[in-house]
Amino acid sequence: MVAIVKRECPTCVTVVPVLAQLADHGPPLTVYSQDDPTFPDGLKVEDDTSLEVSWSLDLVTVPTLLRVRGGEIVDRTEGWHRPSWEALTGVTGLGPDLPELRPGCGSRTLDPDVVDELAVRFGGHRLRSRRIDLAALEDEAEAMFDRGWTDGLPVVPPTEARVLRMLEGTTRRPDQVVAVVPPDLVECTVEKVAVNAVMAGCRPEYLPVVLAAVDGYCTHEFNGHGLLATTYFSGPVVIVNGPIATRIGMNAAGNVFGQGNRANATIGRALQLVVRNVGGGRPGGVDRATLGNPGKYTFCFAEDEAGSPWEPLSVERGFAVGASTVTLFAGESPRGVVDQLSREPESLAASLAAASLGVGHPKVALGIDAVLVISPEHARVFREAGWSKARVRSEILARTVRRGAELVRGAGGIAEGLPAGLEEVEIPKFRDDGLLIVHAGGTAGLFSAIIGGWISGPGGSQPVTVEVSS
Amino acid sequence: MTTVLDPTSERAPAHRERVARPSSLAGKTVGLLDISKPRGDVFLDRLAELLTDRGLRVERYRKPTFAKVAPVDLRHQIATTCDMVIEALAD
Repeated sequence: MVAIVKRECPTCVTVVPVLAQLADHGPPLTVYSQDDPTFPDGLKVEDDTSLEVSWSLDLVTVPTLLRVRGGEIVDRTEGWHRPSWEALTGVTGLGPDLPELRPGCGSRTLDPDVVDELAVRFGGHRLRSRRIDLAALEDEAEAMFDRGWTDGLPVVPPTEARVLRMLEGTTRRPDQVVAVVPPDLVECTVEKVAVNAVMAGCRPEYLPVVLAAVDGYCTHEFNGHGLLATTYFSGPVVIVNGPIATRIGMNAAGNVFGQGNRANATIGRALQLVVRNVGGGRPGGVDRATLGNPGKYTFCFAEDEAGSPWEPLSVERGFAVGASTVTLFAGESPRGVVDQLSREPESLAASLAAASLGVGHPKVALGIDAVLVISPEHARVFREAGWSKARVRSEILARTVRRGAELVRGAGGIAEGLPAGLEEVEIPKFRDDGLLIVHAGGTAGLFSAIIGGWISGPGGSQPVTVEVSS
Repeated sequence: MTTVLDPTSERAPAHRERVARPSSLAGKTVGLLDISKPRGDVFLDRLAELLTDRGLRVERYRKPTFAKVAPVDLRHQIATTCDMVIEALAD
């Protein structure tokens, strides 16, 4: 038998007579004390003020009584509950003067003043990353900048305690490889993602989403290397679907692309820090963007599924209802579409189609995909008309069709355009599956937004959806 | 003192010496790699003419898409067939 107690706990004090009873008459008993090796008085006590034994037993409560056989814990009970103690020890008549039940106290291992230190002392060996000691006079934030680890904004120093806490957000082992990150094609472990997630400001519960985003980014289909290397504006846009978005407090409503939500802000940032720090992808290095876009700091948002007239993006892309997913899209900044007068779906579809023609250049077509983010007030027009998402898409695409004569080089006095020879062809702006539709945004405002893509299809970047696993 | 974990790949860059410049082009094979950007072929066609006129052997290659790194088989083929390579970036 093993009992773990602490003097500070009234229930532990209450059970001292029972421990004495067991020491005299019961099976062999070892008592560990978490805070005072002289407690309980009169009993032989093992000193666990270092909390090593308590930590290894993953204690939550004291007193905890364990039955150990051949080095294995075969039974345990917490607090004081006479029938449980009697069943576990096989001794009857325990603590006749005690009440039948008294709940225990929190294990000292969970005290806020020691929990981080214990995690590092007993769990730090799980971390393989190189330790870097910052000099005493070094400012931590400046030290992170100086080493080239930031995106230009301050980062949270990734201490062992913080990284271990971050790793509590996943059941995956720290040394498990998540993906091979371009451009340096480095095997990236869960631990390295956690380090960068700490720096980005993530909470541990965001980590599974960051892991899925890293996974998606590194696929051949998404082509993170090309997206990074291009002179074009685009960067990774992360769209989150499913219950995890609500569970971790993501914003799918007002100011959905804007500042102020920690999960939205830090998940997208963590992905970019992994690309920078693990993959080695940096502006001026492999990142050759001419102008870039502000979303390259972070661009992550959730779909408003509860308020949507349609199936979520994840379901449309083949995942089960209720699955949590991230979808990676190679996108530039959102462009706003204002239409405050359309009350008929045909009119609104025509507006959205007209606004989408500017993606890339008004005279190019079919080479670039886009995400159309429809806000609640615009979605209402389609909902009231009974238009499915598929119909909204096809009606918009139909209204983007133009004659090649308008688009070829030189047409309209503009040298840019499609190659000659297409004058007689009817050409839509996007491929059939090149317009993703997502529902998000605040409930007031007859606006939508279009996120233009980069080179579409197998020769460029294809949207990738990955299920979030714990 | 604060101790932090290294967020990088912790890889030391591998240093490889460049192949020495050939002292003469006589008898050499030159690979011309078109990365599939528009009009890259215009530039490479002219280079091919000039090189062939000088008696060099020219091999032409093309990446499937400029938006992705060249497939490993293509890189291997160029490396094993050619003494040098000229890559055309054009728009």
